[in-house]
Amino acid sequence: MTDSTLTIEAPEGAAGSAGGAGGTNASASGADVGRAAVLAHRRSPAQDLADEMTQGSGQAVWLRELPFLTQVTLRAQPDGPSSEALAGALGVGLPTRVGEVAGAIDGIGVAVLWLSPDEFLAVAPDEAQTGVSPEAWAGRLSTAVGAGPGQVVDVSANRTTLELSGPRARSVLEKSCEIDLHPRAFPVGTAVVTLLESTGVIVWRTGEETWRVMPRASFTTHVVRWLLDGMREYC
Amino acid sequence: MGAHQPQRLDVGGAIDRSRAVELVVDGETFTGCAGDTVASALVANGRLRVGDSIYRRRPRGILSAGVEEPNAFALVNGEHNESMVPLTSLELVPGLDLTLLDGIGVLDQKVDPAEYDKMHVHADVAIVGAGPAGLAAAREAAATGARVVLFEQDFRLGGSLLADPASLVEGVPSELWVERVRGELEAAPEVTILTRTTAFGSYDNNYLIALEKRTEHLHGTARDGVSRQRLWHVTARQVVLATGAFERPIVFADNDVPGVMLASAVAAYIGRYAAVPGRRAVVFTTNDSGYATAHALLRSGAEVHVVDAREAGPSARVGTAAADAGLRISTGSAVVGIDGAQAVEAAWVAPIDDEGALAGPAERVACDVVAVSGGWSPNVSLHSQRQGALHWDDALAGFVPTVPVRNQHLAGAVLGTYWTEGCLTEGRAAGLAAAAASGFAAEQSGRTSGSEVDTVAEERVARAGTTRQLWVVEGRDGGYTTHFVDPQRDNTAADVLRATGAGMRSVEHVKRYTSISTGVDQGKIGAVNTIGLLTRVLSGEDTRAIPPGQPGQDGTGSRAASELSGIPAAPPSKPTPGAIGNTTFRAPFTPVAFAALAGRSRGELFDVARTTSIHPWHVAHEALFEDVGQWKRPWYYPRAGEDMDAAVARECRAAREGVAFMDATTLGKIEIRGADAGEFLNRIYTNAFKKLGVGKARYGVMCKPDGMVFDDGVVLRLEEHRYFATTTTGGAARVLEWLEEWSQTEWPELDVVCTSVTEQWATIAVVGPRSRDVIARMAPGLDVSKEGFGFMEFRETVLASGIEARICRITFSGELAFEINVPTWYGLKVWEDVAEAGADFDITPYGTETMHVLRAEKAYPIVGQDTDGTVTPQDLGMDWIVSKTKDFIGNRSYSRSSHQGPGRKQLVSVLPVDRSLRLPEGAQLVERVALGDYTGEGLPERPIPMLGHVTSSYHSQALGRSFGLALVKDGRDRIGQTLIASFLGRFAEVEVADAVLYDKEGTRRDD
Repeated sequence: MTDSTLTIEAPEGAAGSAGGAGGTNASASGADVGRAAVLAHRRSPAQDLADEMTQGSGQAVWLRELPFLTQVTLRAQPDGPSSEALAGALGVGLPTRVGEVAGAIDGIGVAVLWLSPDEFLAVAPDEAQTGVSPEAWAGRLSTAVGAGPGQVVDVSANRTTLELSGPRARSVLEKSCEIDLHPRAFPVGTAVVTLLESTGVIVWRTGEETWRVMPRASFTTHVVRWLLDGMREYC
Repeated sequence: MGAHQPQRLDVGGAIDRSRAVELVVDGETFTGCAGDTVASALVANGRLRVGDSIYRRRPRGILSAGVEEPNAFALVNGEHNESMVPLTSLELVPGLDLTLLDGIGVLDQKVDPAEYDKMHVHADVAIVGAGPAGLAAAREAAATGARVVLFEQDFRLGGSLLADPASLVEGVPSELWVERVRGELEAAPEVTILTRTTAFGSYDNNYLIALEKRTEHLHGTARDGVSRQRLWHVTARQVVLATGAFERPIVFADNDVPGVMLASAVAAYIGRYAAVPGRRAVVFTTNDSGYATAHALLRSGAEVHVVDAREAGPSARVGTAAADAGLRISTGSAVVGIDGAQAVEAAWVAPIDDEGALAGPAERVACDVVAVSGGWSPNVSLHSQRQGALHWDDALAGFVPTVPVRNQHLAGAVLGTYWTEGCLTEGRAAGLAAAAASGFAAEQSGRTSGSEVDTVAEERVARAGTTRQLWVVEGRDGGYTTHFVDPQRDNTAADVLRATGAGMRSVEHVKRYTSISTGVDQGKIGAVNTIGLLTRVLSGEDTRAIPPGQPGQDGTGSRAASELSGIPAAPPSKPTPGAIGNTTFRAPFTPVAFAALAGRSRGELFDVARTTSIHPWHVAHEALFEDVGQWKRPWYYPRAGEDMDAAVARECRAAREGVAFMDATTLGKIEIRGADAGEFLNRIYTNAFKKLGVGKARYGVMCKPDGMVFDDGVVLRLEEHRYFATTTTGGAARVLEWLEEWSQTEWPELDVVCTSVTEQWATIAVVGPRSRDVIARMAPGLDVSKEGFGFMEFRETVLASGIEARICRITFSGELAFEINVPTWYGLKVWEDVAEAGADFDITPYGTETMHVLRAEKAYPIVGQDTDGTVTPQDLGMDWIVSKTKDFIGNRSYSRSSHQGPGRKQLVSVLPVDRSLRLPEGAQLVERVALGDYTGEGLPERPIPMLGHVTSSYHSQALGRSFGLALVKDGRDRIGQTLIASFLGRFAEVEVADAVLYDKEGTRRDD
C-alpha cells in the first residue's frame, strides 16, 4: 500500500466515533451505539445476490461483491492549489490522464481514479477494516482543500464494487464493453468510466485476471445479472 | 459413404465420406457427407432443382456455390424456423429439415428461443477473407506479434483454393498449405481465427461488424450459455480486405433453367465437394476462367463443349491446354437458348456478331448442365461501404478499387488479381504493411518487395486474359422476357428496357424502377450485368444526363472541365460501365437476423430496472410497481381484497389523518460547491438562493431560456459554499448536464462544481399529523418541536440506531412531513425502523399514486405531467417564485408579448359535475357553446376550439369526490365557469376551480 494518511486502525478502536468528522453537528444525539453495531446495519447493493453469484461462478470466471469500499469524489483543477492539497492529504498524487490509477493500482490500499480532467474518485477499503469512516475521510480531505476551489464528496454508497476474476473474465467483459481491454491497451492499474452494454460503470483492472466493475447502486442487480449471463458459457 | 449419391465422385474433394449426414428436403431424405453444404449434398444426389421463382413461378436451380446465391433458399424447420437461408452457404449438419422456398420467406411469429450475443474486440490488423491472399496476409501480420483477427464466412479456410485441393501452393498441395498456415496462426498467441463469420459492415475508424455462426455445426453439443450467433464488433488499426471476386452470369434466353450454373460453382462442386452437377456440359464463357471449369468437368468424366464468346477464343496458354485436353470449342459463339423447363435438356449454340446478335444458324447441343462465366466482379462491398473509390477497368471488365481506404489494404481478387501466386504476393505485402502501420515491424524484412507487388499489378490483365463484355445475347425470338438479370427479383433484360423506355437513366433509378439488386443477394448477381445492359441501350448523350457521384463512375471531373470551357466533349456513342457507375453499397453484406442485433438485450435483460435499497421491503410487502424512467417505484400497497382505489384511499387517509411513509430515494440529488455556488444557483433558478441561510431549505424552479419550466426541487444550504439540490426523479441526469453546461460553457468564471449524489442517499418521507411523533422516536436527540424545527429547515443528527442522518422538514402533500436522508447502505434499516417507530400510529407505506393524489389536491405540479415545455411558472400560478430583482435563465422571455398577453393556458382544477367521474388525463376541454349541435357522433362540421386539457385526474379521499388539474386558456379568469370535457366520444360537464383544493391556507404543514 502506498503511504497514505488513511490510518488503518482496529475497528474496535473506532467505537463511539459516530458523528465522525464529517462536519455534522450531531454531538447532542443520545446515540451511544458502538460503531461496529452501526456498520452491521449496512446492506450492500448486491448482498441479496451473493448466492446467485456463487452459483454462477466457475473455474474460468467468478464474480463477487467487494462491499462498502470507501469512495470519495474529488473535484480539482489539475495543477491547481486544491490538487496539491488533496495529493498531500491523500499521500498520492492525483492521476493526470484518462485511465490512470494513482496509488494502490491493485485496489489494496488507497487508489485515486481519473474520471475526467478535474474529477477523481478516491477509493479506500471498508471502514470496518480501516476504522476510518467515509465521512471522516471526506472531512479530512475537505479540510485540506479548505476554502480553495473544488469539491470533496463522500460517495461511498453511490456505487458498489463487483470483482470479476479468472482467465475468462476479460471475455465476459468484452461481450458488452466496447473499449479495448487487451493488456497492451489496458494494463493492470487502468480504470475508465464506460458502458457495460447500456449501463454506465467504472471498469478497473486490478490484476491480470481481476477486474473491478463499479455500477451505481440502483443498477447493481441488473449489472450482476448481466455479468452472470455472460459467464454462463464459461462456467 | 452411406446412401448412394449418384453424382458423387469416388475420390477427391474436401469431404469426409466416412461420415454420412442425412438431410430432409420437402419431406424427402437425402444423404450427404460431412464437409458438404446442403447445396453440394443435393448436387451429389443429382438434384439441382430448388424452389420456383418469386413472381413468375419459374422452376429454378442452384446457380452458385456461395453467398451470392439468388435461387436456392430454404426454410430451416426447427424450434424457431429460419427463413430464406441460402443452401449454398448452409453447412450440412445432422438433423436439418428444410422446406424449399419460392424466392420469398415468411418470418416465424414465434419467439426465437436461441441466444445471440456480442463481442467487442480491438485488433492491430483485421483481415477479411481467408483465401490465399487473406491467409498470406494473416501469416505475415501474425509473425510480427500484432493482434490479428481473421474473418472467413465459410466453414473452411482456403477461399478459391478449396475448389482445387490438388493445386500446388508454395510447392505443396493447397489443402496442406492451408492446414500449415492454420497451424501457424493458431499457435500465434494474438491471432483470432473466426470461421463461419461474415464481416458484413464496415464503418469509420476501421470499425467492422461481423456475424459468427457458433453452434449449428456442433450438433447440439454446445454448452449452456454459448450463443447461437455472435455479433463481433471489431475496431482495427489496419484492415486488409481479401474479399475475392464474384463471377457474373450471362444474360441470355432462358438462362434461369435449372442446370444453368456459374462456371466457378461447377468447378467448386467438383473440386471441393466431389459432386458433379452434370455429365454432359456446355461451358459458356466470355473469358479464360471458364476453361478451368471445362478441365474440371473433363476430369470428372463429363463430356464438355466450350462455347467461347470471343471471336479469337482463349489466350494462347489456355488454348494450348484446351487443345491438349481435346476440348471442343466454338469461338465467337453464344448460348442463345435452352431447351427444358425443369432441367436443362439442351443448349442452342450459335455464332454471334459484335453486338451479340445471332450471326448464323443455331445448333442444338444436348446437355444437362450449362456452366456460364460472364467475367468477374471484385467483391468491393466492404471497400465501397467506406466510400472507397472504384473505377471501371475495361480490360479486366470489372469495377475495381482505385486506392484503398485510409488505413486499409487490398489484396487478391478484390483487385482483379485472379491467380494464386499473385494473391499470395499481394497478401504478404498487405499483411506486412498493415502490421508495420500498426507499429509491428517484421523481424526479417524484405520478404515481399514493393516491386513484386508492382509486377503483380502489371501482370493482372495478361493473367486474366481478354474478357468479352457480352452484356446480353439476343434470343432466337427477339424478345428479352426470359433473359434474367436478377433471378431473385425475377427481373429480366426486358424490365431494364422498360425502365430506360420510361426515361430512367441513372442506375439508381433503374434499380428502383425494376427492383434489381433489392433481393437477398443485394445485386451480387445482377448489378454489374444491369450496368452492362445500360451501356448497350443508353447513348453517350443519355449518360451525360446521369448525375455524377455513383461509385465507380468516371470522368465527372473532365466533364465539368469541358463544360466550363464551353466546348462540349463529343460523347462516345456507346458508354462504358464507368460512365454509368454502380449503385450504393450498404451493410449488411449478407442478411443478419434482428435477434442477432439485439443480442442479450431481450426479456429480463432488455433494460435496466433500477431499484432502491429499500426495494426488498416493497417486494416483501406486495407493492405493485410503476415504471418511472428506469426506476421501479412502489405504486401502491394493496391489502388483501383491496383494489387500487381502496388501497390509494386508505394510503391517502393515513397521510392526511395519521402518518404514512414513502420511499423517495429516486429523487435526483446534486451537491454543489464553490465560492460562487450561491450566485450560480441564483442564475439557474427563478428564485434566489444566495441569501438562503445555512441549515435552511428552499423550493426552486428552473426554466429553459424560453422561460418554460424545466425542473423543480428543493435546495438545502449545507455550508456557506455548499448546497444540496434535489431534482425530479426523471430529471436527475439532464439537470446535472444542464448545470455542467452552464458552468463550463457560459460562466466558466464562476467557482462552482457539481457532483451527482443521487445514489448516495436513501430518502424516506414521513408524512402526516403524527409524523412528528415518529421522527421524535427515530431521532431522540433532535428537537422536533414546531418551534425547534421549522418548516423548510434541516438538521444533521444521529438516529437511535446510531446511523447519521440528515432530516428535512419538507412537504409534498401539504401535511406536516419530514424527509430522512441516510447513505443508501442504511436505507432499508432506517425504513424498517420507521415502520417500527410508527407501528403504534398504524404508519402506512404509500406509493406514487397516493403521492400524486396528495400533491394534486395541493396543486403542486409535476414537471412533465402538468407541464410540457410550454408552461411558465406564472402559468402554474407561481408568480411568487419568479424573482423580479435578479437575472436568471428564462427571465428575459417573460417580457415577450407571448408570455404576457391573454390566452395563455393556466393551471386550474376541474371538478366534474358527476362527482364520481374520473376524467381521463388528456381529456380536451371546450366551451358548451362551441359544440353547437355536435353530439359526439362522427366528426364535427367545423373544428371546435379547444381551451385546454386535463393533465392530472384522481379521486380525492379528502374531498370525497373526483377532481383534476388542467391547463386552460385564461383558466384563472374562468374559475366558476362550467366547461365540457370531451373524451372517448363522451361529453361531461366540469366546473373550473382554483388550482388548490385542499387546505388553501396552508396550515396543515405546521400542524
